[in-house]
Amino acid sequence: MKAWFFTEDAYPQLPDQDTYRSIRVSLPNKHYDPEIGADNYHQFLDMWLMAEDLGLEIMLNEHHQTATCVVPSVPIIAGILARETKTARILVLGNPLSNLPRPTRTAEEMAMIDVISRGRLECGFVRGVPYETAPANVSPYRGTERMWEAHDLIIKAWTTHDGPFNFEGRWFHARQVNVWPRPYQQPHPPIWVTIGSAGTAVPVAEHEYTGAVFLAGYPGVRSIFDGYRNGYMARHGHEAPLDRLAYCALIYVADDEAEAKAGGELLLWYMTSNKVPVEYSNPPGYHPPAVAAQIASGSRGGAGIPLQATLDDQMARGNMFCGTPDQVYEQIKAFYDYSGGFGNLLIMGQAGHLTFEQTRRSMTLFSQEVYPRLKELTASYDGDAMKETRAALPDKELADLGTFGVEFVR
Amino acid sequence: MAGSSERTTSIKLPGATVDVVRKGTGPQLFMLHGGGGPVAAMPFADKLAESFEIIAPVHPGFAGSAIPDHFDDLTDLIYLYLDLMDALELDDAVMMGFSMGGWTAAELAVISTARLSKLILVDPVGVKVGGREDRDIADVFATPPDDLARLMWHDPAKAPDPTAMTDAQRQVMQSNRVALGLYTWQPYMHNPKLPGRLHRIDVPTLLIWGESDGLVTPDYGRAFCDMIKGAEMVVIPEAGHAPQAEQPAAFVQAVASFTK
Repeated sequence: MKAWFFTEDAYPQLPDQDTYRSIRVSLPNKHYDPEIGADNYHQFLDMWLMAEDLGLEIMLNEHHQTATCVVPSVPIIAGILARETKTARILVLGNPLSNLPRPTRTAEEMAMIDVISRGRLECGFVRGVPYETAPANVSPYRGTERMWEAHDLIIKAWTTHDGPFNFEGRWFHARQVNVWPRPYQQPHPPIWVTIGSAGTAVPVAEHEYTGAVFLAGYPGVRSIFDGYRNGYMARHGHEAPLDRLAYCALIYVADDEAEAKAGGELLLWYMTSNKVPVEYSNPPGYHPPAVAAQIASGSRGGAGIPLQATLDDQMARGNMFCGTPDQVYEQIKAFYDYSGGFGNLLIMGQAGHLTFEQTRRSMTLFSQEVYPRLKELTASYDGDAMKETRAALPDKELADLGTFGVEFVR
Repeated sequence: MAGSSERTTSIKLPGATVDVVRKGTGPQLFMLHGGGGPVAAMPFADKLAESFEIIAPVHPGFAGSAIPDHFDDLTDLIYLYLDLMDALELDDAVMMGFSMGGWTAAELAVISTARLSKLILVDPVGVKVGGREDRDIADVFATPPDDLARLMWHDPAKAPDPTAMTDAQRQVMQSNRVALGLYTWQPYMHNPKLPGRLHRIDVPTLLIWGESDGLVTPDYGRAFCDMIKGAEMVVIPEAGHAPQAEQPAAFVQAVASFTK
């Protein structure tokens, strides 16, 4: 198992949620104090450096026009960490290709980070969440197809070394492509793509890329991972390696259960802060019409209601692992067995008002007491034994929450 | 009911197959609906069907129809409809377009008025009249639903209520929205080149506007009207973006006066 420390680099110093309609897209930036923001950035950079010291890998992402993640350009943070770190792998998950106008720029930026870090980049490509539509001013319709076309251009840019080539696709045009630098890793950095359904997992599996699932929990993880595994088997004729699947959850570890729950409650800010009204969560063409109709009818978020997440519920759903080191190990192992196994754990280890010290304590306990056991777990992975283990665990029955979390799993 | 004489045919064209609704008898009235979907079943159309043969295509993507794989924007619809107008053998037709359909009608008329006698644009979008920082056309994709209802309707209580619909109706409404997004995304609801081409329209043109339209205001309408030589504009009180729905009698009267 590889464990990746992740924080969204939020700006939680906000007025009361009732005073604004949306934390994304339209929240006026008068609520952003650049002096506090500077402290925040430095603290987050310190957190990632701390994660490296603890033996964890690093995960980064970007979002736009939102207090939930004040990294509108992930290459900037990745560039700083490429220089400031020495050993950690740096996962960018990811570049929102559907919304970026020029894939060749992404090819250049990612190649540069790979070179500065001497080959430590893991490069993710994503479609982007629905609320990125407005800031990008890009129609979300056919976003997945756009993402794959941009991907094709980037891969070709990274692997062409004999001078310019021509690319005139449906969405992206470049007639003299010849990127400098080229990637440090050959033929190119490992690729990751987020997957939110069995169907979207298939092309990722066919490319042998790592498929990352965010907060799909017990209700979603089996079908998505199975989509990947089946797509992989169909194309390649053998089972998908464990390291091609990743799962992202909120994780808080503490010395005792009460302290753990207090930390877990703070982490929940990631969900409860996500107050986004329908006009931003349902741009035309992002969701299939059936899902869009659910959102429009107010089954979630339609009136600007934030996610009503409780700690117990999120723990039961497998979106939050929280407790003492023993408890957290058991929770992750149970989820691992249920899911059929995965080789990457993406740790949302900090959110909201969780302090640096709280995060350090949690991640220290994780790295010292949980991580070694997870590494043993994956090292002793046996495909046949896993099938038996999994077969003995029936599908969990959990309350249907409609389109709950539909944005998170993209 | 005039609705009983309504008939729908599917017309296969090189780019796509288009469903065309027809009703009534008389001179041809080629009717292009807006982003809300087909309007030929509404009471105003029943009334118009007493004097015209309404010929109303359903834009691909609306009313549950598929968006053709090769469709990217309004240009695809415009060229599909050039083919459709040929296939229908329109002759001296009155072309009427609502909102996004009004934009489409203006684009078609700019290319050729050979099959047309008159043009009627109802609260059309399609041009930019203000500066780059003026929001000439409300951003329907980023406006809260209640605010949108207030912008679009004189009486917001008349706005469609998704909570009162069946799942199937809600899905059609969402599919319509996807299609509207496809046709109008960027430049948003307009073609920057259109004002420089409107001089080619050489048939009598009427703009009909709901006085309370906040999506595109009557001032926007007057600026649009000034771009078309000899065009007239009728403003209908107590009506928003869909005067044909909110004030059908005044709407039909305006059409009758212009086409008599």
